[in-house]
Amino acid sequence: MSTATLQHPAPAAADDFDPRAEGQRLIKEWYAQLETANARNAAVANVFVMGNAVEILRAFDFELVFPEINSLQTGVRKASEEYIRLSEDYGMSPDVCSYVKADVGLILKENEHPAGLIPKASLAVASNMCGTFIKWAEIWERWLKTPTFVLDLPGQRAAGWQVRPGDAQHAADARWVEAQFKELIARCERITGRRFDMDKLAEVEARVNKMVDHWNNVMALNRQCPAPFNAMLDGLTFIGIMNVHRGTEEGVEFMRRLEAHLKAKVGRGEGRVAEERFRLLFSGTPCYVSMRRLVELFETWGGVFAYSDYLTFAAGGMDATELRYDTSRPLESLAEVTALAAQRGLSNQFFAHERLAQQIKDYAVDGVVFHGIKSCRFVSSGMADTREFINRRLEVPTLYIESDLIDPRYWSDAQIKNRVDAFFEALHQRGGGAPLARKTVVA
Amino acid sequence: MKYVAGVDVGSTQTKAIIIDENKAIVGRALLDMETSMVTVAQDAFRAALDNAGIAEGDVVWVAGTGYGRYKVTFGREQVTEISCHARGAVSLFPTTRTVIDIGGQDTKAIRVGADGKVEDFTMNDKCAAGTGRFLGAASYALEMPLAELGPLAMKSSNPVRITTTCTVFAESEIISHLAKGIPSEDVLMGVHQAIASRCVSLARRVGIEPEVTFTGGVSRNVAMVRLIEELIGMRINVSQDAHFCGALGAALFSHDRMFGAAAQPALAMAEEA
Repeated sequence: MSTATLQHPAPAAADDFDPRAEGQRLIKEWYAQLETANARNAAVANVFVMGNAVEILRAFDFELVFPEINSLQTGVRKASEEYIRLSEDYGMSPDVCSYVKADVGLILKENEHPAGLIPKASLAVASNMCGTFIKWAEIWERWLKTPTFVLDLPGQRAAGWQVRPGDAQHAADARWVEAQFKELIARCERITGRRFDMDKLAEVEARVNKMVDHWNNVMALNRQCPAPFNAMLDGLTFIGIMNVHRGTEEGVEFMRRLEAHLKAKVGRGEGRVAEERFRLLFSGTPCYVSMRRLVELFETWGGVFAYSDYLTFAAGGMDATELRYDTSRPLESLAEVTALAAQRGLSNQFFAHERLAQQIKDYAVDGVVFHGIKSCRFVSSGMADTREFINRRLEVPTLYIESDLIDPRYWSDAQIKNRVDAFFEALHQRGGGAPLARKTVVA
Repeated sequence: MKYVAGVDVGSTQTKAIIIDENKAIVGRALLDMETSMVTVAQDAFRAALDNAGIAEGDVVWVAGTGYGRYKVTFGREQVTEISCHARGAVSLFPTTRTVIDIGGQDTKAIRVGADGKVEDFTMNDKCAAGTGRFLGAASYALEMPLAELGPLAMKSSNPVRITTTCTVFAESEIISHLAKGIPSEDVLMGVHQAIASRCVSLARRVGIEPEVTFTGGVSRNVAMVRLIEELIGMRINVSQDAHFCGALGAALFSHDRMFGAAAQPALAMAEEA
């Protein structure tokens, strides 16, 4: 099996950039900044990671709260069960999305989050990228009287047909989105008391473009064998910065240094694990509360997640090269890119098999791991079809495991270890897992 | 003569198998679970040694399997029961392509290739519905030994429909039906149908291809065998040793280590965390 699409970089000395430590520092600083936002009378907006018009909000200097990231951080910090139980004590069903329940728990705890106090938002921007977003925002509207703006982003019309950039359908979709952006801008002007600055929007977009370029290069670096990072551990830090610092100088600098760091690592032939025996693709959402443990179960066998579709859809589809802003016409371009990104995200189920087939090839993976969670139908409901296609049509081995985003009660260590071990035993018996020499790095 | 062994530490019972260099079974033992998995694994192994009439020193390799595989402290290797049941089933019925295993707490369906190797598998998740534990609930409610459930269910002429998916609630549902005066055999057949349909649903996820081999303790239940055959529309293989299939597979992996061809790759062992 051979891989790699990039030129093999020249060997370089180890640098002092630690992506995970730097990522954690930036997240910590972001939370510290949020803690004082209300006291500083800063405008604060709640946004979701997909379909969020962050560029417009940044142009108004809104400080951004990502409730999904707040919820996943309760999981990472092993505090999610307390927040989830609070919402269930209030009466929410175990079947409701655990991100929503952790956030309801946060409201019930008067915004006391393990990372710090979460400020009260003066605006919430939701979209139909996920049906739950709208219902979630309604909770803020009812409980906290948070003004909400819901973007209606056109999705996939039918299976087997995709909107392409520049076609008539895309142009119509973009006009529809742009009209909504104009409404949002008027709303932001009323809330902040400031006039919209188109040049500032262009500046934000220019920074996002730089981040996206670095991001795409970072993802492509993991096509190398051995993979320099684990998409489902290191990659989760990277995507956190892509979301929280989208369009900031800090975000650009992080991504620039990250790319340089990983290029140097590839140049030295260093992989994420000492001996990469299996390359894998992870499909679905992380299980933040046990992600380190899950990765450990795979890495014990020399299995590395070279890629995950989570890094695509949870970053607003940023890895597509076509999602780049034309800063000479900032608002139109923002609408065009948003319409396209939404369409790509919402067609997740219709075209998952095609996308995964390409990624299996690009990242030269030996198997695909599906992680289904009942509280997220958006990513889990199509897995049966996709898994069938990959198993039967592509004859690529797959593994299906179940747990949850952040609810530790759905993590069953013995059961998951059993499935992971059996998966590797089968791969091994079928001749996989040979030493690294099996896989050729194309220079 | 040298021997190898496999010890399958399951949720409700522990099974041990000893085979010789020719892969012939020379000893077997089956014990109910005790408080200590380590002790019951040792006891089952010793009982199999007694059954074979050989000394511990004659056994040159032991592999552990089942959820308690890391409790086989005298074992030199651990292999999951998915690999072991597939291996055992193919050994008993060489043209097996689908393995259905119903154990005490889990049910699994495994698709194996023409080469006898695992191609895909699926298991019940987070819930014991459709497993042997469901029959345990019926046994408790009816105050009847497990072994008698299948034959009694076969006498049913009008089975009830058990609707709950929860093993704990199933017990209440069974009692409720009995309280209404519904004959025990009709209630029992309803329980069997509920388990069989969940189990076959799992098997359909990996794709049912003939021949199908049924393994695990529940394969001794005649009603379950008949129901699964009806649901999938084909005959299924059941061996006298079906209950020992996991242990047999583990013993065969042990055999690979000691007597297998040089080209046989050894399974890498993932350490218990």
